[in-house]
Amino acid sequence: MADTSLLAAPAGLAARSIVVSLHGVRKAYNAGTPIETEVLHGIDLTLLQGEFCAVMGPSGSGKSTLLNIIGLLDRPSAGTVAVCGEETTSLDDRALTRLRGHSIGFVFQYHHLLTAFTALENVMMPMLGAAGFPNDAMRQRAIELLDAVGLKDRLHDGAGNLSGGQQQRVAIARALAMNPALLLADEPTGNLDTRTAGEAFSLLRRFNQEHGTTVLFVTHNPALAERCDKTIQVVDGLVDG
Amino acid sequence: MFTAWVPFEWIVALRFLREGRLQTLFIVAGVAVGVGVIVFMSALLAGLQANFINRVLSAQAHIQLLPPQEITRPLRGDRGGAVLPGGEAEGAIVQPPLQRLKSIDQWRSVAAQIRAMPEVLVVSPVAGGSALAIRGNVSRSISLNGIEPELYFRIVDLGAKIVSGSARLTGTDILIGTELASDLGLDVGDKLRVSTASGAAIALTITGVFDLGNKGANERSVFVALHTAQSLLGLSGGVSSLEVTVRDVYAAEAIAQRITASTGVEADSWIKTSAQFFAAISAQTLANTAIRFFVGLSVAFGIASVLVVVVVQKSREIGILRAMGISQGQILRVFLLQGGLLGLGGAMVGSAIGAGALILWQRYARNADGTPLFPLVFDPHLFAAALLLAMLTGLVAAFAPALRAARLDPVVAIRG
Repeated sequence: MADTSLLAAPAGLAARSIVVSLHGVRKAYNAGTPIETEVLHGIDLTLLQGEFCAVMGPSGSGKSTLLNIIGLLDRPSAGTVAVCGEETTSLDDRALTRLRGHSIGFVFQYHHLLTAFTALENVMMPMLGAAGFPNDAMRQRAIELLDAVGLKDRLHDGAGNLSGGQQQRVAIARALAMNPALLLADEPTGNLDTRTAGEAFSLLRRFNQEHGTTVLFVTHNPALAERCDKTIQVVDGLVDG
Repeated sequence: MFTAWVPFEWIVALRFLREGRLQTLFIVAGVAVGVGVIVFMSALLAGLQANFINRVLSAQAHIQLLPPQEITRPLRGDRGGAVLPGGEAEGAIVQPPLQRLKSIDQWRSVAAQIRAMPEVLVVSPVAGGSALAIRGNVSRSISLNGIEPELYFRIVDLGAKIVSGSARLTGTDILIGTELASDLGLDVGDKLRVSTASGAAIALTITGVFDLGNKGANERSVFVALHTAQSLLGLSGGVSSLEVTVRDVYAAEAIAQRITASTGVEADSWIKTSAQFFAAISAQTLANTAIRFFVGLSVAFGIASVLVVVVVQKSREIGILRAMGISQGQILRVFLLQGGLLGLGGAMVGSAIGAGALILWQRYARNADGTPLFPLVFDPHLFAAALLLAMLTGLVAAFAPALRAARLDPVVAIRG
């Protein structure tokens, strides 16, 4: 594993500052039609810097919708969402994309690597997108991240040639590439066996503890949830806990 | 690994194309066939047209200025016939006048005026009329052309058409066609008597025999020095026409109209005098353009349909890219680039195919004597235009799929 001191903590955030702040967030699909369905019914939530928070709840309870709204991939029907101190309700798509790219990392259940690229290139991709051109610094950071997740010997392997666990580790490294203040993990261990799931969780936990990255971790696994700082339950579109 | 100077959009576009290499290969092949057809057909038709026009215009001027026709005006007023209130004679028989040979008024100043026009290359005076070529008791009617060789040869390169002798013309020399030479049993160095209806006659020395590629012309056309023809035709110091060549042969009619407007002398362009030929050329050009347009359209639809499929296939990747902070503009450019690259790649292969087909055509499509049917010109502009147009077609064709990709809702795209 790499000397993780190379991977600096997120800049510009005072200790225990508020990273995510939701007030009265509602989300309805097909709004204004007879088949309008409200999946979030007014959620208030605050996440501080360095918190590792598990999100649990039955399927269809609104966990993924909540994550998408916090991740600025979706907009609430009502309420306010602030990320890293920036109120996002009035931001246009360009500003949301920029904030998302610089402040939020995603890890999905199905890892979703870009199969046309190698492991190293996948990790470089968020930095490349932000900078426009590749450079040695982003390459170096990607190598360090892959080293930190134990994949230094697989840098140039095609993403499709890696095992499920390895792909998820690449996805975690990629999510951390921009050194985000917030990492959203939507059931990242749901598709892995117990041992690999434990390893992936440990990786996230380690980055959280070493770099102060706030992590919102959706899981159905109570054992993993117990290892988090706190757990919130999403039930029928409301937060309980 | 990424190359330092290659921007993000290029990297992703090239990788997506490489990943779907079979799709890429097929669409590049499709574009290549289309571009190959366009390049081959365009070069072939351009060569064919240039050959036609060259054949037509190598033996004539682009514009000919002629003296005004004699016209007859009916008598007016009260001097005969029934006179209408308007002054015109009712039922008058108007006989067409004889068209006497006459000179263009002030031809030297008219010629100087035309020469000053930037689009004009050469202005050559000609004193032309009918005459008889007589040898012994055999005569042939001929079309006598009095020319200034140094000017006229720049319009009709008689020197290149001489089959025996040379294109030298002094006051007592004459150039005749192969048919006339054969009919009268003449050869270079022989004397030929030329007489006109006015009774003027002169014995001239044959200095060259030419072949204009047309039996009638070889039978009738003869060339003498300008002042010799002026003496024979009674056109003392005058000319019966001014022959003009211009830089752009297709602009000849417009230039002729400008010449008439500015000099008052009637000017006929080759486009007007060979109207049917020009109409055939124009129709061919139109047909060629239509074919190129529809081939281009099918290429555009081919590229667009492939990219629509690619967008569907890559929607999850697009969602992931959007989630990691890639903007809509960047996604749009990634897919536009793919369209442009498919067009450019196909055009490069297609240009090579077209060039290969042209080389084969030149090698195998030949006259009975082994010479090429007509010369083909490998115009670099044609290839450059093919590359540029195919790339633009690719970009335009990619626009709708690219817009669709850019507007994908990342949540929906990631969910798949």
